[in-house]
Amino acid sequence: MYQYDELDQRLVDERVEQFRDQVARRLAGEITEDEFKPLRLMNGLYLQLHAYMLRIGIPYGMLSSVQLRKLAQITRKYDRGYGHFTTRQCLQLNWPKLSETPDILAELAEVQMHAIQTSGNSFRNVTADQYAGAATDEIEDSRIWAEIIRQWSTLHPEFSFLPRKFKIAVTGSPHDRAAVRFHDIGIVIHKAPDGEVGFEILVGGGLGRTPMIGQTIRAFLPKKHLLSYLEALLRIYNLMGRRDNKYKARIKILVFELGIEELQTLVEDEWNRNKDGPLALPQAEIDRITRQFSAPPWQTPASAPNQPVGAVHAFENPAFEDWERVNVAEHKQPGYAIVNLSLKALDRVPGDLTAAEMDAVADLADRFSFGEIRASHEQNLVFAHVRQDDLLPLWRSLGVLGLSTPNLNMISDIICCPGLDYCALASARSIPVAQRISMRFQDIKRQHNIGELRLKISGCVNACGHHHAGHIGILGVDRQGEEFYQITLGGNAGENASIGKIIGPAFASADVVDAVEAIVATYLAIREVGETFLEAYRRVGAAPFKQRLYPEPNHAVA
Amino acid sequence: MPLLKDGKRVADPWVHVADEVAVPATGAVIVGLKRWRHERASLLKRGDPVGVRLKSMHTASDVADDLDHLGVVALALPVFTDGRAYTNARRLRERHGYRGEIRAIGNVLPDQYLFMLRCGFDAFEVRAGDTEKDWDKAVQAISVFYQPAADGRESALSLRHRTPGA
Ligand code: SF4
Repeated sequence: MYQYDELDQRLVDERVEQFRDQVARRLAGEITEDEFKPLRLMNGLYLQLHAYMLRIGIPYGMLSSVQLRKLAQITRKYDRGYGHFTTRQCLQLNWPKLSETPDILAELAEVQMHAIQTSGNSFRNVTADQYAGAATDEIEDSRIWAEIIRQWSTLHPEFSFLPRKFKIAVTGSPHDRAAVRFHDIGIVIHKAPDGEVGFEILVGGGLGRTPMIGQTIRAFLPKKHLLSYLEALLRIYNLMGRRDNKYKARIKILVFELGIEELQTLVEDEWNRNKDGPLALPQAEIDRITRQFSAPPWQTPASAPNQPVGAVHAFENPAFEDWERVNVAEHKQPGYAIVNLSLKALDRVPGDLTAAEMDAVADLADRFSFGEIRASHEQNLVFAHVRQDDLLPLWRSLGVLGLSTPNLNMISDIICCPGLDYCALASARSIPVAQRISMRFQDIKRQHNIGELRLKISGCVNACGHHHAGHIGILGVDRQGEEFYQITLGGNAGENASIGKIIGPAFASADVVDAVEAIVATYLAIREVGETFLEAYRRVGAAPFKQRLYPEPNHAVA
Repeated sequence: MPLLKDGKRVADPWVHVADEVAVPATGAVIVGLKRWRHERASLLKRGDPVGVRLKSMHTASDVADDLDHLGVVALALPVFTDGRAYTNARRLRERHGYRGEIRAIGNVLPDQYLFMLRCGFDAFEVRAGDTEKDWDKAVQAISVFYQPAADGRESALSLRHRTPGA
């Protein structure tokens, strides 16, 4: 894991003191809420429906057990004893007191964490593959590059007032777990035919009101030019991105309006002037950061040869076998496995974790995964380096905590935004809908029979719950004060990214779970052997689903 | 507007001339881009220094060929959230090699001084109550910089990989 050096630490410490002064000025009435707002937003502090909300950055989702224990302690001391993991691999506290936020940031700085730029119109937390450093298909560790970008994008003097927020994600594997095609910039690590490793740069993806899939602006970028190229791209966006309309300000709209070729020409021109300047990455810096992500000291006992996942303890315990098949992924090191901790048990709020659970997870990480934990954008946790012969004891321990539901990527592994229960922008609640769907499909055998099905819920058009990228997407809408839910089908976040299509008129809250059930039943009726929901939908299209959902001819269907 | 230059409140030797107001016969003036373009010859003939005001939608290249004649380029921030001036300042310094004054005008707030300084601004038309003390506090708040920019402050990258003895 990356360890701060003296410079990284000093910056974060100075930032805490700067914010402490700003909060003191606000509390003393020296500055107005209007003047304070941009300052607090640059430190991740929002004013929500009922209270302030503090969003803590977890760069590329990586946490040490020490950091997780600190987060537990903070939620206990300053909040209500729980935190919420977001789709940006961040942790939100829903009830901090303004006067105490500088102390929270100071405690975070003690463990090399911060909340810089987790809000506001600048770079947001850089995300990466939660399996980085462990995935079997990885070309190179995405965290190295995410950390290099984290530093470059922190307090950038030129780009702290962009037209709109800006999100970057990196994947080092061809199988994209980081949804890079739905980011302002998506970076895919590639190996060229001659063996050189570099980047494909995608631009203009995003969800929100106008969902778009990122397009390739550069097919191959040599490593040392990563930052100079990003700076050139951001410079064009900073100058040309729309500032007249908040809803047209993301870079995806610029890509759409200019066209990818025109943007490419502008960026290349800018880049060619600066690419060999001071932003060219010295190999020594790449090496310094790479070293910090070197593999943990795996110890694969000779007596435990690598087993395909799912075969390790078959026949011993069917519940364990289920979990292993669904929540455990293959590791590149023989004898090891990647374990997903589901935060989506029946009675849980998706993504929430209590302080006691954080402590317990930290302890398990120390015992079973070299003291490291990752947060995924699907709002689950990952132990990336677990010995295969530890899987059974780990499963037992997770079971005690309620974190072993074998539902990874199943219908109850729902991505869900906070919605009207917390969010001032919401049109409808989302958490209760997620809970009702999980309840309806609680039979785990039934979920396994349905197979991979990604369901995502947003409480309004801002799409924080990524509904456009859900195989089934649900969007909360407000109809004269009543909560309705619009359903989209066929979205996907991975390397074959697609945007879900609206299936028909929205459903009343009381009917939305029935509608989901009808969609699932339709799929089960039409699927061919081995076909996932998404594959079936792509084969047959929307028609059979429409017929089932809207049996009467409905002229309102667009 | 009080003027801060190199962190000191100084008397402003320049006069802003609004677009609809006649240019005074003598004295250093800052005029809008349109006037500069239309009245360039007569402005230069006055013999006194002249500067140009750019709105945030203008770019550095709008004055790139004129920089030898300009004592000031004033970049407007109509609201502090409009960040285009930062790029324009850097381009003036780094691409066009401009050495004259780059002045921030408009919604200029202490919490942005340091970013501006880093991008090449060296003069700031600040709010009435803002003092040299505010300046010092703002520019000293952070002392680590991840990015090379237009101000010559050494980046973390460079500090980490200095050749010993160089
Ligand atoms: S999608 Fe809407 S309701 Fe949900 S968190 Fe985002 S802004 Fe709030």
